Amino acid sequence: MTETILDLKDITVSFDTPDGTVEAVRGVNMQVHQGETVAIVGESGSGKSQAMMAAMGLLADNGTATGSAMYRGTELIGLPLARINKIRGAKITMIFQEPMTSLDPLYTIGQQICEPLQVHGKLSRARAKARALELLELVQIPNAAERVKAYPHELSGGQRQRVMIAMALANDPDLLIADEPTTALDVTIQADILGLLADLQKRLGMSILFITHDLGIVDAFADRVYVMRHGQVVEEGPTDQIFNAPSEDYTKLLLAAEPEGEKAPVPDTAPEVLTADDVVVTFGSGGGFLGGKRREVKAVKHVSLSLHKGQTLGIVGESGSGKSTLGRAILQLLPATGRVVFSGHDISGLTPHQMRAYRRDLQMVFQDPYGSLSPRMTVGEIITEGLLVHEPGISGKERDQRAMDALRAVDLDPNVRRRFPHEFSGGQRQRIAIARAVILRPTVMVLDEPTSALDRSVQKQIIALLRDIQQELDLSYIFISHDLSVVRAMSDTVMVMKDGDVVEQGPTQTIFDNPRSDYTRHLMRAAFDLKSVLREHIELTG
Amino acid sequence: MADIQIDELDLGTSRSLWATAWLRLRKNKAAMVSLGVLIIYVLIGIFGPMMTPYGHDQTFRDFTREPASLERYPRVDEIVPAAERVVTRSRLQAEEIVLDGDTITITATSRREMDERVTRYIDRSDIFSNTRILEMSDDNLRVTMQADVNRYLFIFGTDTNGRDQLARLAIAIRISLLVGAAATVVALAIGVLYGAIAGFIGGMTDNIMMRIVDILYSLPFIFFVILLVVFFGNNVFLMFIAIGAIEWLDMARIVRGQTLSLRRREFVSAAEAMGVRPISIVKRHIIPNTLGPVIVYTTLMVPKVILLESFLSFLGLGVQNPLTSLGLMISEGSRDIQGTPYLLIYPALALTILLFALNFLGDGLRDALDPKDR
Repeated sequence: MTETILDLKDITVSFDTPDGTVEAVRGVNMQVHQGETVAIVGESGSGKSQAMMAAMGLLADNGTATGSAMYRGTELIGLPLARINKIRGAKITMIFQEPMTSLDPLYTIGQQICEPLQVHGKLSRARAKARALELLELVQIPNAAERVKAYPHELSGGQRQRVMIAMALANDPDLLIADEPTTALDVTIQADILGLLADLQKRLGMSILFITHDLGIVDAFADRVYVMRHGQVVEEGPTDQIFNAPSEDYTKLLLAAEPEGEKAPVPDTAPEVLTADDVVVTFGSGGGFLGGKRREVKAVKHVSLSLHKGQTLGIVGESGSGKSTLGRAILQLLPATGRVVFSGHDISGLTPHQMRAYRRDLQMVFQDPYGSLSPRMTVGEIITEGLLVHEPGISGKERDQRAMDALRAVDLDPNVRRRFPHEFSGGQRQRIAIARAVILRPTVMVLDEPTSALDRSVQKQIIALLRDIQQELDLSYIFISHDLSVVRAMSDTVMVMKDGDVVEQGPTQTIFDNPRSDYTRHLMRAAFDLKSVLREHIELTG
Repeated sequence: MADIQIDELDLGTSRSLWATAWLRLRKNKAAMVSLGVLIIYVLIGIFGPMMTPYGHDQTFRDFTREPASLERYPRVDEIVPAAERVVTRSRLQAEEIVLDGDTITITATSRREMDERVTRYIDRSDIFSNTRILEMSDDNLRVTMQADVNRYLFIFGTDTNGRDQLARLAIAIRISLLVGAAATVVALAIGVLYGAIAGFIGGMTDNIMMRIVDILYSLPFIFFVILLVVFFGNNVFLMFIAIGAIEWLDMARIVRGQTLSLRRREFVSAAEAMGVRPISIVKRHIIPNTLGPVIVYTTLMVPKVILLESFLSFLGLGVQNPLTSLGLMISEGSRDIQGTPYLLIYPALALTILLFALNFLGDGLRDALDPKDR
């Protein structure tokens, strides 16, 4: 048996909050051995990150940890800061979800990589610089010699994460803790980063502890898995065993949480409710009062689409593909050129005042269930706001009745309408956001990544709910998402977008089974066949 | 598997953001003590001037620049000499002065004839009142009078005009709080509305509105106040307006900044997608969500305004005697720090405690309302 590098015994973490003590982690035991990849899987709030934060002494101020965390015979919990710093950042390093905020915008990436080298590695400045270059080459940043002098904002998200990895590798760590390192990235970039990590591990022989909510990654990447729920380890074992023969109900539920089913296409005879013709959205910057020359970026380039009654049009694309911009342009929330016709009326270029008549038929649900509900309003006020605009005549009592009906329609207890949004979980908030749109009985709903911020199991419920509502109210959806499996489960037609252009368009089945363009194929593989992509990657570089 | 509930709803106690903030504030000892102190100040401001024994404009010529003391003035051993002085000032010769508790009996002679009006000379002093003649010699050259002795309590001393510092402090707190509150309300009303509208409409309107703010910022404040004083004369209400008219600029900028970031939040987009009118969005979504930072800034603005008023009064552009404010009292007290330190210490202490309390409360509120927590 190989040496145990990190050994957590009976770790508990609790936080002091105004509402009393919250136990985030309740007695967790975990081991990481030399050279292995361990994944901790759990949904949000399962305490998967906090257990590691506790071991690293990185808990928030109101948190306390008990138990034991041994790193090669050194007890980490309760270690003085000066000594824990010798291990943290040198022998055990971490990379986080947000590559955007983990780098200091004021320093070049070269300077930021050099710093730990000079502090922990006691290298001279020149040696540190040479090592920084070496590390950037190791994490496969193209043109590393140039990029050393770049500032974080000059790099893409994937490149920033590579820089973070380079920093983590700077002092030859024994253990790399990766806390959701690819969650903020597109699927194709996620595959690249994971390939890089797998490759580095093979070459450098370190252990990786991978914290994630995404079982697809775990299957492709990890040797051993811990499944966490409510601050406890529910199940642990080798990846194959967990995936093929899970013993716990919760693990089974997680595995089955992949959205399933598909939507039957609508008959050709279904009337067209919405068409968009040659939509172009241009964003300008600069110009104005004392600005220089005006720069323009075309976010959406000549896109046309048509939506039939009862149809769901899935728009798929990676970040920056213009899919959300297109959705907003269709609803006239952004200035755009081109013609948009809604049930026989040309609505393109209408003033907000003229548009108001159509707003109740054209509803939108947003991505962020935390940001899309005003924190100072009660749920009842949020849901019924649209009624104030579109049915100003009805009485308060009737509005209340409608709010209760809408809440029932999204499977929430009608009594929650006097509560405030912060009291609800992400999935519940998204239900509230859907209720707000449904209460107006719209014809078309634009769903902008409605499930992206949710855990898989909650995602599945929301998808089921959206499907039910669609059937009940005979709605047409424009479903915008970067998540291919969700789009497959929801839509009957799919449009793939890249850099503002439509790459491919057609019935869901055709697009997913026989993609014609290279880009779509690439996307499909990164999303559904991560395992083979990673294997290929390692073979290619190794 | 069906027994595993993923998305359970906790139907415990419901609590609004404000209630949570209050809960957090209650745990902050400094803020709670400050809140208590502030309540006391407000009570002093409202009821203090009615409860002090002497009016803030009442002068005691016999007791100018008396140091603060818990003893009553005049002290027992000072009464007889004081009586002698009064008698001498009345051009009489004191023969015998007997003090008996709160009454004093004076026997005096004069070279000229006297009549009953002689008692007025005695009454003129603040110490003696109700002087009556017990016995007058037949030739009207010798008189025995009896007078009540008034003894005063000046726990904070008296100023150079012989005015009770306690009474003046009470009225000063009232004026300072009034200026602080009124100017802040003016600044709040204009600033929040102006900033929210500029930030929400954005574009050219925002540009023009904020350039106006910049222009107003560049006006020298003192110059502005002097102009106002020259045109409208010196009065307290003018100062509310002057200070409020300057302070709203900060508030407008803060609210505009908040609005710009709120504008990009999805709940504003959601309201727009629903066809809610811009004015309703500002009213229902923007302003309530800026309230956290606004309240915090307000508690920090009140002390700023009070300081500003003190500064203006110090320069003689603010409150005028006999009315007074903390700033004016400090200004007067600072004229003779060595001779009468108590004239400076008490108003300065009152102002410092007030500012501390407001600032601590502001900090506590900022922590309690911190939007990042949610």
